[in-house]
Amino acid sequence: MTSTGMARTDTVAAAAAGPDRDQPYAALGLTAGEYARIVEILGRRPTDAELAIYSVMWSEHCSYKSSRQHLRQFGEKAPATDVLLAGIGQNAGVVDIGQGYAVTFKIESHNHPSYVEPFQGAATGVGGIVRDILAMGARPVAVMDALRFGPADAPDTHRVLPGVVSGISFYGNCLGLPNIGGELAFDPCYAGNPLVNALCVGVLRPEDLKLAAATGPGNQVILFGSRTGPDGIGGASVLASASFGGAGEGAKRPSVQVGDPFMEKLLVECCLELYEAGLVVGIQDLGAAGVACATTELAAGGGTGMRVRLDAVPLRDASLGPAEILMSESQERMMAIVTPENVAAFLAICAKWDVLATVIGEVTGTGRLEMTWHGEQVVDIPPGSAADDGPVCDRPARRPDGQDALLAAGPDALLRPQTSAELQADLLLLVGSPDGGDKSWVTEQYDRYVRGDTALAMPHDAGLIRIDEVTGLGVALATDGNGRYCQLDPYAGTQLALAEAYRNVAATGARPLAVTNCLNFGSPEDPAVMWQFTEAVRGLADGCQQLGIPVTGGNVSFYNQTGVAPIQPTPVIGVLGVHQDVRRRVRSGFAEPGLRIVLLGETRAELGGSLWAWLRHGHLGGRPPAVDLEAERLLAAVLVSAIARGLLSAAHDLSDGGLAVALAEACLAGGTGCSVTLPADPAAFLFSESAGRAIVAVRAQAAADFAAACESAGQAATVLGETGGTELAISGPDGASLVAVPLTELTRVHRQALPALFG
Amino acid sequence: MTTRIGVVTFPGSLDDRDACRAVELAGGQPVELWHGDTSLHGVDGVILPGGFSYGDYLRCGAIARFAPVMAALIPAATKGLPVLGICNGFQILCEAHLLPGALTRNAGRRFVARDITIRVENDTSAWTGSYRISQQLRVVLKSGEGAYMADPQTLAGLEASGQILVRYADGNPNGSANDIAGVVSEAGNVAGLMPHPEHAVDELTGPSADGLGFFVSALKAVAQA
Repeated sequence: MTSTGMARTDTVAAAAAGPDRDQPYAALGLTAGEYARIVEILGRRPTDAELAIYSVMWSEHCSYKSSRQHLRQFGEKAPATDVLLAGIGQNAGVVDIGQGYAVTFKIESHNHPSYVEPFQGAATGVGGIVRDILAMGARPVAVMDALRFGPADAPDTHRVLPGVVSGISFYGNCLGLPNIGGELAFDPCYAGNPLVNALCVGVLRPEDLKLAAATGPGNQVILFGSRTGPDGIGGASVLASASFGGAGEGAKRPSVQVGDPFMEKLLVECCLELYEAGLVVGIQDLGAAGVACATTELAAGGGTGMRVRLDAVPLRDASLGPAEILMSESQERMMAIVTPENVAAFLAICAKWDVLATVIGEVTGTGRLEMTWHGEQVVDIPPGSAADDGPVCDRPARRPDGQDALLAAGPDALLRPQTSAELQADLLLLVGSPDGGDKSWVTEQYDRYVRGDTALAMPHDAGLIRIDEVTGLGVALATDGNGRYCQLDPYAGTQLALAEAYRNVAATGARPLAVTNCLNFGSPEDPAVMWQFTEAVRGLADGCQQLGIPVTGGNVSFYNQTGVAPIQPTPVIGVLGVHQDVRRRVRSGFAEPGLRIVLLGETRAELGGSLWAWLRHGHLGGRPPAVDLEAERLLAAVLVSAIARGLLSAAHDLSDGGLAVALAEACLAGGTGCSVTLPADPAAFLFSESAGRAIVAVRAQAAADFAAACESAGQAATVLGETGGTELAISGPDGASLVAVPLTELTRVHRQALPALFG
Repeated sequence: MTTRIGVVTFPGSLDDRDACRAVELAGGQPVELWHGDTSLHGVDGVILPGGFSYGDYLRCGAIARFAPVMAALIPAATKGLPVLGICNGFQILCEAHLLPGALTRNAGRRFVARDITIRVENDTSAWTGSYRISQQLRVVLKSGEGAYMADPQTLAGLEASGQILVRYADGNPNGSANDIAGVVSEAGNVAGLMPHPEHAVDELTGPSADGLGFFVSALKAVAQA
């Protein structure tokens, strides 16, 4: 039986007239205090539909109630910049990159759905971030994914990882967006809480920027894209805002949405044609909290009111009532504000793309969001009360008791490799590990070529997309995060992630310009997690201020914990850089013999939180590598300038696994061996993860020029050796051979890391 | 006069823009064709690009084969119009019975996106005339249903009549019969390729510029016709 539930519809009139009654606010994730505040705002109890709106809009996921007051620092400490066209609070930040182009980019989490249903969870994560970019008026041009899973050999990882990767592959490939990079890491802390962070970048003309604002009373509200079904109802409030564990898990299973990338592709092309035709006054994508979120944010953003006929929403399941329609997270939907005279043209373009479009309401000047259901009023609220004035939780933050002990348990006592055989064994351990190994098992499932503008993708340091075919203008993007560093010191760890992404972008020859972030943490109700969070935010805000690049937006994902065990704090930082001419970009590999290999930056014995300490000894303790953002700035400037002058053949940043892994990767990426001599203590020099370093391969005829450039900039530079041959050959300060691995063997070890586990 | 090569956009086509760029780099004029077109607008050749036409629901290419533009394309192709189907376009040509055989799920059951080497087996078709037999080309493969299959008789016929256009030369990435990466019609004008030559037209954005020859070949074939 289908029933519209009309007889049982809870109306505003009934709520105003009727006596108070028990409402399921707690099951919807609202506290008693929050419920009382709704009653106070409305001057009566909310209707079922209104309760639905407040419950999703005031959820942690939508309201950022635990994080908002901290995130303010990104704005307060933002360096003076004239490149930011739209910033925090919009669907995505927009940056002016010159030559009449702007880019918009953002990274967002889809962690919880991806654990419950890896394929669809990850797929819809891609779909959601792409619509965020589309809603800014931009053409999405590339995606990236930062992925973290439990131990690579754990049975559940074999359920989650292949599902996530094929979900991203399915959705992104079918959408026609090149996947140009990302991360893949493993740690036991992610076993019940994988991190699936999806990034999208889009391009627009600055004048075409669109905002989520319903302006102009009388303008029509059009819902277009897929029909609305019972997908993910309450996903935002129930799924993303509570920890896993206990009896609730089974009940959450149906809350994951199902994606249709074909519809999204049509929606992308349809929207771009609508923008081109000048038919859109304001636009918002429908993601978490669906129609509830889009209507409240559009009306609040425009400072207007809106009248919506909920019964006009096209349904896939006729039994849905008003509250369910409001909360549904059905994918591939957008909402546009259109002037009455343009409605016919708008609908015609939608029809051309076979996109269903329906006028469901109009903008009003009342300052109220009003909704009807078959003629009866079911919603009448001030939109800002749901969209902007959500509750703020001043959560207590306390440095964990064990933090000092963790810092004190440094890596000094760890047995370091001494003999040549031990050094070589440790190098191969790292290079052949799931963390340090070849990622082709994953990246070969992603299309990196579509659209024909990919100048760099995996395994290079950053993805690079050409924007202008004539001038060669392009943008580079990298994401980085390191849970181990952040566990030891969330402030420094976050700055190290920022520094690494900054360095990666510069290693292609692009000048870093702006920052996005996806802050993955445990439960904010745990003061220790809150301390990690506040430290990370402070670290990022201070770091961006010092590097002179603004945070343009981001996403917070709390409740990444199972039971009482939170994940390691894992802020994932995305840096966007502008490349003046992608034709001059350099790759990360040694592509020819006879190049001089130079190590830029200072190497200290910094093994705290290192991949070596973790993989060789299962050790995590001590301090992470020291942060020196001035050194990072200098290094980036040297790299960008040398690449623009054509002095370098390759550049590769040093990070996880230090020089050992970087040299191996450079040999493998370019197919050429190398011979280097270490200037100091081999174990520390090979595996230390000191920040602010990169290796570059300098063309022989440019060696003097490059040395002079480093000298005059004050950049520390150490000549290590030369490219050439068919092995990775490393000798000690005394000239004795320490490592000599044929590239065939190195390739075999590197390549088997994931196939050996995942087939 | 510049040779005009039509590139069809179906709902869900993705590599249409890349195909247009390849035609342009080869010296031709790309003409955008829409799936709902009932005419080919007098183009000299047609490319069906890669992607997921109509979401590839039902079966890859099965719905696109019935698009209005195909009603114009099929008779033109049988009369000798150069037609190239790349990836999804190849699947559409098989569904339309302009080419024999079918593309099935990769042997490894996963999507495969990889730089590969193919070997030219036929250098007289409308799309390979500028290559030499045995020439090795570095191009891009990206498909989930790229395993070429046909019954033994059909395969033997294709081999005997020189209709194998290109073969995988550095391992068989998807389980295709006889390592087949592309085939051509008996008349030599309708070609299907699973790899993507349009992604290999420029060293900056592709693994090589080896793929340009397919487009150059078609322009030459049109000029000589």
